[in-house]
Parts: sequence; C-alpha cells; structure tokens
Amino acid sequence: MPEIRLSKLTKRYGAVEVLHGIDLEMAENEFTVLVGPSGCGKSTTLRMVAGLETVSGGEIFIGGNPVSHLDPKDRGLAMVFQDYALYPHMDVAHNISFALRLQRRPKAEIEAKVREVAEVVGLTEFLHRKPGALSGGQRQRVAMARALAKDSDIFLFDEPLSNLDAKLRGQMRAELALMQQRVRKNMIYVTHDQVEAMTLADRIVVMHGGHIQQQGTPETLFKQPANRFVAGFLGSPPMNFLEAELISEGDTLFARGEGFSVAIPAERSRTLQSRNGSVILGIRPSDLNYDQDAPENEAIDLRVIVSEYVGAQSVLLCSCGNSNVTVELKSETPIALGETLRFAIRPEGIHLFDQESTAAL
Amino acid sequence: MTAQTFNRMTPYMFLIPAAVTMGIALLYPLGYMIYGSFRDWDPSQNISETEFVGLKNYITLFFDPAFHESLSVTLIFAFTVVVAEMLIGVGLALLLDRNIRGISVLRTLFILPMMIAPVVVGLMWRYMYHPTVGTFNRTLKSLGFEGIDWLGQHALLSVIIADIWQWTPFILILSLAALQSLPASALEAARIDGATTWQQIWHIKLPLMMPVLVVTALLRLIDAFKVLEVILVMTEGGPGLSTEIVALRISRTATEFRELGTAAAMSNYLLLLLLFLTMAMFAISRIQEARAARLARQIEEESG
Repeated sequence: MPEIRLSKLTKRYGAVEVLHGIDLEMAENEFTVLVGPSGCGKSTTLRMVAGLETVSGGEIFIGGNPVSHLDPKDRGLAMVFQDYALYPHMDVAHNISFALRLQRRPKAEIEAKVREVAEVVGLTEFLHRKPGALSGGQRQRVAMARALAKDSDIFLFDEPLSNLDAKLRGQMRAELALMQQRVRKNMIYVTHDQVEAMTLADRIVVMHGGHIQQQGTPETLFKQPANRFVAGFLGSPPMNFLEAELISEGDTLFARGEGFSVAIPAERSRTLQSRNGSVILGIRPSDLNYDQDAPENEAIDLRVIVSEYVGAQSVLLCSCGNSNVTVELKSETPIALGETLRFAIRPEGIHLFDQESTAAL
Repeated sequence: MTAQTFNRMTPYMFLIPAAVTMGIALLYPLGYMIYGSFRDWDPSQNISETEFVGLKNYITLFFDPAFHESLSVTLIFAFTVVVAEMLIGVGLALLLDRNIRGISVLRTLFILPMMIAPVVVGLMWRYMYHPTVGTFNRTLKSLGFEGIDWLGQHALLSVIIADIWQWTPFILILSLAALQSLPASALEAARIDGATTWQQIWHIKLPLMMPVLVVTALLRLIDAFKVLEVILVMTEGGPGLSTEIVALRISRTATEFRELGTAAAMSNYLLLLLLFLTMAMFAISRIQEARAARLARQIEEESG
C-alpha cells in the first residue's frame, strides 16, 4: 500500500492561481479528509491526484514515484464521484465490471468479483437493473461497488454523499465508516460537510482559499485549531468569536470586552504574558454551561434573543455587548426571551486568536 | 353565449387562423392529390371532367419497371447518403468535441454547406463536375491523371457525394449537441476505469448518443427520400434513368408525360413510405419516453 505525497502542488487556470503550493503527506491506509468551503481547492486537489486535472506546478508522489505525467488509468486508483458517474446504458453488473472487462480478465473471475462486491454493498438483487431504475442510495452503492471491484490501492471520494437526503446521508456515512474498517486502503475523501470530516477521518486537512489551514486528527483540530478559520469551520453550532483586550491585573490575565471579563487560566497566561492588546476570544457553544452561580470572571452574561427548539437541546442565540453568541441548553430549562443568563466557561474551552493574522495564540 | 362557454371557446378561437392556414396549405392539396390519384387526369382537363379509374394508376405503377428503377435509385441514394453522412458526421463531431483554439470557427465552417440553397449547391457541383472545365477534372489532369466522367458514367455516385457534402453538417450539429450533453463525470469515471480514447467512444459515448443518432438518421432518411433540386440541376435524372429519383419521376410524369393521376399515385406511394418512417420515429421516441416513465414509477413504488 503506497503512501501519497503532494509536494508544492499548484494549479492555475490561465492567470488565476487556485492552489498555492499544497504540501501534504498521507500515510499508508490512512483515511484523509479534505474539507473546506466551496472554492477552497479541495476538489481540484483530489482531481489532480486522480489525473483528471493537469498539474501546474509541484509533484504528486504515489509510493515514492512521481505520477503527475501519468494518465488516470495508470495511477492505480478508484474514484467515487458526487453524481455517482454511473454508465447509464449499462446494468449494475456491467457498471461494476467495466474496468475488469477493459483489462480482459477471465470471465469467471469477473463474475466472482462482481458477486463479491455486490454482496459487500448489498446490491445482489439489483445486478441486472440499469442505474435509471435505482434510487439515489442504491446508485451511491453501485458507485462504491465499482470502485471496490477494481482492487485499487487508493480510493478517492469527491463529495460522495452530498447528493443524498439527510437521512440517507447519515446511513451511508455509517456504512462508509464500516467499509473503511474492512478494506484498509488509502482513502482521500473530499467534503464540505464538517460532520462527515469529523466522523470519518483519520486525518483532516482543512483547506481555505487554496491553502491548507491545518491538518491533523479530528480531535487535534477540534481542540487545538490553528487559526480562527479552522476553529469556526469545525464544530456545530460553530464557535463564537468575541473581540477582546488582553489586560493583566495583578497575577491574572483577563480577556476583557464589551460585557465580559474572563480570566485566562494560569498555565495559559504564562505564554501570553508578553502579549497585550487586541485579540479574538473564541468559545464553542459546548464549552458554555448554564450556571447562574458561576464566579463572574469565569463566566459570561448573555441576553437571550432567539431560542431554537431542536429536541432535547435548544439552541439559543444571545447577545453580549455588540456580539452575538450561540449557546446550547437543555430544553426543559425554563428561560424567557430577553432574560439575561450566566454561562460558565470551561477553562480549556478558551481559545485566543491574533486579531491580525487570526492565528491561534 | 354565456361567459363560461365563451371562456371555453377562447382557445379554439385563437386556433382558427392556424387551422385555416393548415387546411388551405396542407389538407386541401393533400386531399386533391389523393382524389386525383384515382382518376385518369390530363393537365388540360379540369378535375371535374376526369374519369374515375379506381386503383388503376396504383396498379400500373406497381408493375411499371421505370417506377421500380426510380424507386430503387431513390432507396440506394437515400440509404447510401444516410450511412455515409452518419459515419462522417459522427466522426467529425467526435473530433470537434474538444476545447482547442479556433474550434468555433471550424464548427461554423463545417456547418456552412447546409446553409446554401439547394439549387446553388446543384449548380456549384455541376460546374465542379464538368468534364473539361470542372474543378475536379482540371485538378486530376494537372496531376497527370485521366479525367473522370463524373455526371455521365458515375452520375449516381457524383450526386451522392454532393448530397453528403451538403447534409453531413446536419448530423454533425446534432451529434455535437448530443456529445456535449453527455454526463462529463461518466467519461471521467471511464478514464479512471482505464478506458482508452477509443474505448471511451465505443463503450460510453456512442451508446449514450444512440437515441439522438437514431432520430437524426431517420430525419435524414425522410429528407433524402424527398430530395429533388440538387439532382434536378445536376443531372435532370440522367443519364438514362440512372439518377432519376422518385421526386424527379413524379415531376416528369406530371409535366412531360402529362399523366397527373399517375403522378399523384406515385406521390402517394412516396407519402406512404415517408409516413411509415415518420411513425417509426415517433414510435421510437414514445418507447423511450415510456421506458423512462416506467423506471420513474418503479423507483417511486420502491421508495414509497
């Protein structure tokens, strides 16, 4: 199983550079998720690895060998597309076996392989249907089966679940996670959905504006986001950002802004000692706990503007000075709109970002 | 008239002008022709003075070797040009379906022949085929070859070449449109699956274009059966009967032989043939639609 390495990969369309030197190493059998908003270059990166887009600069290495001059078929990979890209005129069995038939494998071997992968994805009874007679989820499975049948070492997924409805997406996501455990292969998965990224990835690569913002395990990225973009992109509801000043008073460092003054935990404040002035304070909704008795410098007072009932939890949109803050609250908590509530901040949930560079402090 | 009936009648009132035009321009001559085909009718006679002969005109034609000849010339002409135009047109479309500089200029150039009036096409090719001063023979002779008797010995072939030149663009346009509406990702999937350019054409592009190609071929076939002007100008059906297609024979029967009834019967034979082809075309598209609808229903039932 080869590892994949991207070295200073760039992509230009005419004069416009959309990828600015991507450096990325994917270890053997790793499930790598490229995630980012539309237009961040994640799909372009994937398509360059696949060979569907030309490389403008830099190099792609698969198992140590440069491949950017090779045709897609010579790179030994399989791909699942967003719109499934099935061959509409072939039935499911022929769709699955297309690559094998092009390789002129023996007929018995092809049939066995088709049956094997159809079983894996649960399509056995649909082998003689055309894609037109399948539902979205079934088509998705055919696309998956077609990729599996090739026995490639590398699997590429280009937003494979985004054409499915929410319920089916959740189900397919679970199946994908299962499949990934069963067939340990190199997988690169592109999505704009941070939930997919968090649940599936061994390693998440967050991209924005043609640059890699941060890469690492889902946990690392969630707990230690490298900059404001990553912090705001991962997690739902997204992280709250408040403008603040760092002010030392005695031994304690405070992040102080309109309507709040939060003490920075002692072990963090040591590294921040030298910094004074404007910062951005980031706090995830999940790090804010409703607690009217919390001490003032470990909490924040929020006035409730809107309450969205989503079942066991309610999402409250609140104001704090000029900023909006989202919090989550158990639905049974009796609150009224316009009321001011106190939320304790978990000390490890305090994130600080530089106002200029937006890098984490 | 109550408001309700008035409302119900309104759409029909708007249809009246179109219906009248259709009646005068299409149904009246058609009925006239069918009526005339059962009569022994000389152009000097008013149709009311003509004698009813039943199916005589049809029966005579059925056993008339000259009509057979003309019919077989038409069939050979039509099938040859359609096959050749399909092969060349689809081939060109596959070549032109790419993004290279100047491709739109090329496409426009390829489409030009179709825009020229058929009579002009006929005159142009007649000149080019001229045994002594024609472009082809002068070129051949300057290269040291013998001239070819284009419109004499090889009249049918020459006429076929001219038609291919004029109508291949029609196939090209429709094939290009079909190619450009193919699902791009299916072709990308085929590239990843290891298909070469040829295999992509053979296994993916052509099968997916097939519905469009079938209808295109039928349209061209219907047109080719009715061709008249180009051949009239180039050969007038000669030499002998070698290029006398049915449309030309109809016109000669009516004007030279002064047998309007027979000409009308001949037109009806041609009409039947074209009707059959048209019905086949409609049937094919209906079958395709029905299949799509059935699939949609099937999916709905399963998910519902």
